[in-house]
Amino acid sequence: MSPVVGKPVNRVDGPDKVTGSGRYCGEVVLPGLAYGLIVGSSIANGRVVSIDTTAAEAAGGVLGIMTHQNTPKVANQPHLLPSLAGQPAPGESFFPMQDEVVHYWGQPVALVVAESQEQAAHAARLLDITYDVGVPIATIEDGRSQAYVPEMLFGGLLPARDERGDVEAALASAEVTVDATYHFAANHHNPLETGVTTAQWDGDRLTVWDSTMGVRASQLTVATLLGIPLSDVRVITHFVGGGFGSKAMVWPHVTLAAMAARHVRRPVRLALTRPQSFTSNGHREEQEQRITLGAGRDGRLTAIRHQKTSVTSPFDDWAEPATGVSTQIYGCDNYLGTHSLIKGNTMTPTFTRAPGESLGSFTLETGMDRLAYELDMDPVELRIMNHPPVDNHGNTWSSDGMADCLRKGASLFGWAYRDPRPGVRQEGNDLIGTGVAGAGYPVAFFMPVQHARARIFNDGSVVIQTSAQEFGIGVTTSMSQVGADGLGVDMGVLRFEAGDTDLPNSTSAVGSMGATMASSAVHNAATTLRNELIAHAVNDSHSPLHGLSPSSVRVAGGRMTSTLDPSISESYSDLLRRNRLLDLEALGSWTPPPFDTPHGLLTFGAQFAEVAVDKDLGLVRVRRMVGVFAPGRVLNPKLARSQLLGGMLWGLSQALLEGNQIDRATGRWALNNLGEYLVPVHADIPDIQVEFVEVEDDVVGPLGVKGVGEVGQVGAAAAIANAVFHATGRRMNELPMTAEVVMNGAG
Amino acid sequence: MAINQSTAAAVTGVQGPESVPVSLDVNGSTYVVELEPRVSLLDALRDHLDLTGTKKGCDQGTCGACTVWQDGRRVLACLTLAMTCEGHQISTIEGLAQEGELHPMQQAFIDHDAFQCGYCTPGQIMSAVALIREGNATTDADIAEHMSGNICRCQAYPNIHAAIRAVRDADDDGDGGR
Repeated sequence: MSPVVGKPVNRVDGPDKVTGSGRYCGEVVLPGLAYGLIVGSSIANGRVVSIDTTAAEAAGGVLGIMTHQNTPKVANQPHLLPSLAGQPAPGESFFPMQDEVVHYWGQPVALVVAESQEQAAHAARLLDITYDVGVPIATIEDGRSQAYVPEMLFGGLLPARDERGDVEAALASAEVTVDATYHFAANHHNPLETGVTTAQWDGDRLTVWDSTMGVRASQLTVATLLGIPLSDVRVITHFVGGGFGSKAMVWPHVTLAAMAARHVRRPVRLALTRPQSFTSNGHREEQEQRITLGAGRDGRLTAIRHQKTSVTSPFDDWAEPATGVSTQIYGCDNYLGTHSLIKGNTMTPTFTRAPGESLGSFTLETGMDRLAYELDMDPVELRIMNHPPVDNHGNTWSSDGMADCLRKGASLFGWAYRDPRPGVRQEGNDLIGTGVAGAGYPVAFFMPVQHARARIFNDGSVVIQTSAQEFGIGVTTSMSQVGADGLGVDMGVLRFEAGDTDLPNSTSAVGSMGATMASSAVHNAATTLRNELIAHAVNDSHSPLHGLSPSSVRVAGGRMTSTLDPSISESYSDLLRRNRLLDLEALGSWTPPPFDTPHGLLTFGAQFAEVAVDKDLGLVRVRRMVGVFAPGRVLNPKLARSQLLGGMLWGLSQALLEGNQIDRATGRWALNNLGEYLVPVHADIPDIQVEFVEVEDDVVGPLGVKGVGEVGQVGAAAAIANAVFHATGRRMNELPMTAEVVMNGAG
Repeated sequence: MAINQSTAAAVTGVQGPESVPVSLDVNGSTYVVELEPRVSLLDALRDHLDLTGTKKGCDQGTCGACTVWQDGRRVLACLTLAMTCEGHQISTIEGLAQEGELHPMQQAFIDHDAFQCGYCTPGQIMSAVALIREGNATTDADIAEHMSGNICRCQAYPNIHAAIRAVRDADDDGDGGR
C-alpha cells in the first residue's frame, strides 16, 4: 500500500453528512429534554429595573424562568484568554444575569425553559421587563476622544504596540510615501448552525453537547465558572455546523444551559436564534486602520506605520491583532504598529476567520498597490523585492514560498498581459480591472502538549483518538490518513474518534493550528504503537521476524515485513493473537516548539482577482480569482483546496458584501438576520482556482503541516480592491465596497 | 389570490390552540403526532419525528438549510406549518438514499467535496435534485441562480456546482438523477 497522506481522499464522514444521519449538538435525543430560550436586553446601556414573570410563568409548558434574581452566582470569573492557550477561555471576562447592569444590546437578562420550543418562545414574549436606559457608546465616532493604547492585547498574550527603528524619521526622509486611512464595518460569523448547547446532569456530573471548536475549552470554562472539577464535566461534539471563530471561545449560553438544566432538573437544550447569534458570540469589531509607507525610488521599503483603532467591550482589551503580518512579510528597518481601543457598549469582539490579519493585510496590501503606482513598478515585483529571507527578529523562515506563490499565481492568472494603466479596459458598460495581493498568516505555538491514542485490536482493526472537533475542517479524514500511514495499515480498517473530552487532549482548532496539532499527536501515537508492535515481533522467538533489527522492518497494510527479505513477514493480527493480546495501545504526545522559537513563522500565499465594475451603478462582480499558497505538507489536497477556496470566498464576501453598523442612538446592531446581513450565495461565485507551492518545514511538527484555515482569506479582499482601482481609477477606503462606496471612492 | 382569514377557517375547520393529532406522510411513511397549530414542519420533523437531517439554520426562511419537498416541490420547512401538510407527501434527506445506496447527488457531493461542515448539505442536496427535475440546471448561470436560496457559509459553492453538473450530465431521463 502506498501512503495515503497527500492523497485527495474523499471525506470519511461524507455519508453521515449527505444523508443527514450525523448528529449535531442540538439533535441529541434525551429523555425529558426541555427547551431553553435566552431573552436578550433591548437596551445597550443601563440596568434592569424589574422583570415581571407572572404572565410568563402562567403560560403553558413553562418549567422555569431564570433572571439575575435567581441565577446562581458563578464560582469564578476566568479572564479572557484565547482558547489556543489551553486554559479557560470565556469569550468575555463577564458573565450575565449576575446583577441588574446591562452593558450591551442583547445581553442575556432572562432564560425561559419550557416543554417545547414554541412554549418557550411564547413565554419569553410575555416577560415584562422595564429598564433604566443610559446613553450608549457603541461606535468609533462615539468614543474617539476616549481612545487609548493598552499595554497588552489578547488576554495579555500580545503587545498592543510593536516598534523598531525610527519610523517618523524614516518617513520624513523617504523619497516616496503613501498614506491611507480605511474604515471597516463589523462582521458576524454566521455559521449555518447557530451556537447550541445541550446539557444534562447526572448527580454532580455534567455532560454537555456543545457546538464548539474546542471541547477542552468548553470543559475548562464551564468547570471554572461552576466551580466543579474538570473530571465532572464531559463535553461532546461530533459534528459542528461551522465555526469561523464564533465557537472558538466559550460564550455565556454554554454555562447558562448547564445552570438551566440544574434549575429545572431536566436535560436542557439551549439554541441561539439567528438574530441572537449577532449578539451572543462576539463579532469582528468595527475598526479604522491607517497605513503610512515610506520607500526609496528603487522600491525598497524604508518605513511602515500601521495603526488600528477599534471598539471593545467594557470588560476586555480586545482587538483582533492587525499587525502580525505587516511587521514581517516585507523587510523594513523602521516599523510602528499600534492598536488603539475605545471602550463601548458592545460585547467583547472575538476571532473571526483570519482574525486581524485579513483586515491588517487589506490595509498593507492596498497600501503596497498605491506604492507600486507611485513608483511606476509592477506590484508583483515590488512585493517580491521587499520580501525578506528572515522575519522581523532576523530569524530564518521555518519555510517560505512567498515569491514562488506570487510568480506561480502571476503565471496562472496571465498577469504578464496586464496593462497597468487604471480605467483603460472596458467591456460594454463594465470597467475591467485586475489586482494582486500577498498573503501571510502567523503560526503561533501558544498551545499546551497535545495527546492522541492509537489502539489496534487483534482482528487488525484500529481506533485512533484525540479530542479534536470536526467543524468542516476535515480532521476526521486527514487524521485517518495520518494514523493509517503512521501505523502502516489501510485506511479502511481504521476509525478516527474525536469530539469528546474523555479522549486524549487536543486543544481548540483555532488560529489555523488544528491540523498541525492533531496531525503531530496522531502521528506520534501511531508511530509509537507501530514501534511497539515491531519491538514485540523482533523479540518474539515465534515470530518470523525474530532477531531482526527494528530498523529493518517496514510496515504496510497491517503487515510487518523484513526489508532484507520480503518473504519474511507477519501481520499485526497474528502477532497479537499468538501473544494472547486482545489489543495493544499507545499514547502519543507532541510538545510544541517554544513560543519564541528562533524561526520566522508565517504561512504564505498570493491572491489575484479580476473584477467587472458597472460604471454607472458601481456594482462590482468578481469574475475570477487565483490563489496560490505554501502551507507546508498538504495532508489531503482535496480538502485543503476546499478550505482555501472557502477562505478566498470569505475574502470576496468581506470585500463586497458583509458589514453591520450599530445604531448610535440605541446601541443596537442594525442587521440581525441573513436576509439583510449579506453573505455570498451561489450566484456570487466567480471562476476560482487554488494551487499550492510545495515547501518543506521541519519546525512546525513531525509532519511539517501548516494550517489552511485562514490564509486563504488573507489578501483576497485586497486583491479585489486593487482590481477595482485598476478598473475605475478610484481607491476604496471602506469595506464592504457597496455601490455607493465604489461610486464615491477616494480617487 | 387573496384569502380571507375567516373564510379560510370556515373551509378548513378551526383546530387548536391546544395540540391535536396531525397525520404526516414523510418519505412514504405515515406518522400521527400531537402538534400545536403553531409548530412548523421543521420542528415537527426534528423534535417530534426525530428526523434531524433537515437542518435549522435561521428559522426565518433566509438560508435554505431546511429545504424539503412537498409533493415533489421545494419548500422551506421553517416557513411551513406542519398542520398544513396533512394530505401532502413530504420528502426529506432521510428518504433520498434507497436500500442503503446513496442517491447519485449524494455520491456526487462526496466525490466533489461539495460540503465542509455539512450543516447546509441536506438542504443543498434537496434543492440540487429538484433543480434538475425542474429543468433549472441547464446552464451554469441557471444553476447559480436557482440554487441561490441555499446558503453555504463554508463556501463550498464551486464544488456544489461541479456535483450538480456531474449528476445532470449523467442523468438521461431528467428525474434528478434517479
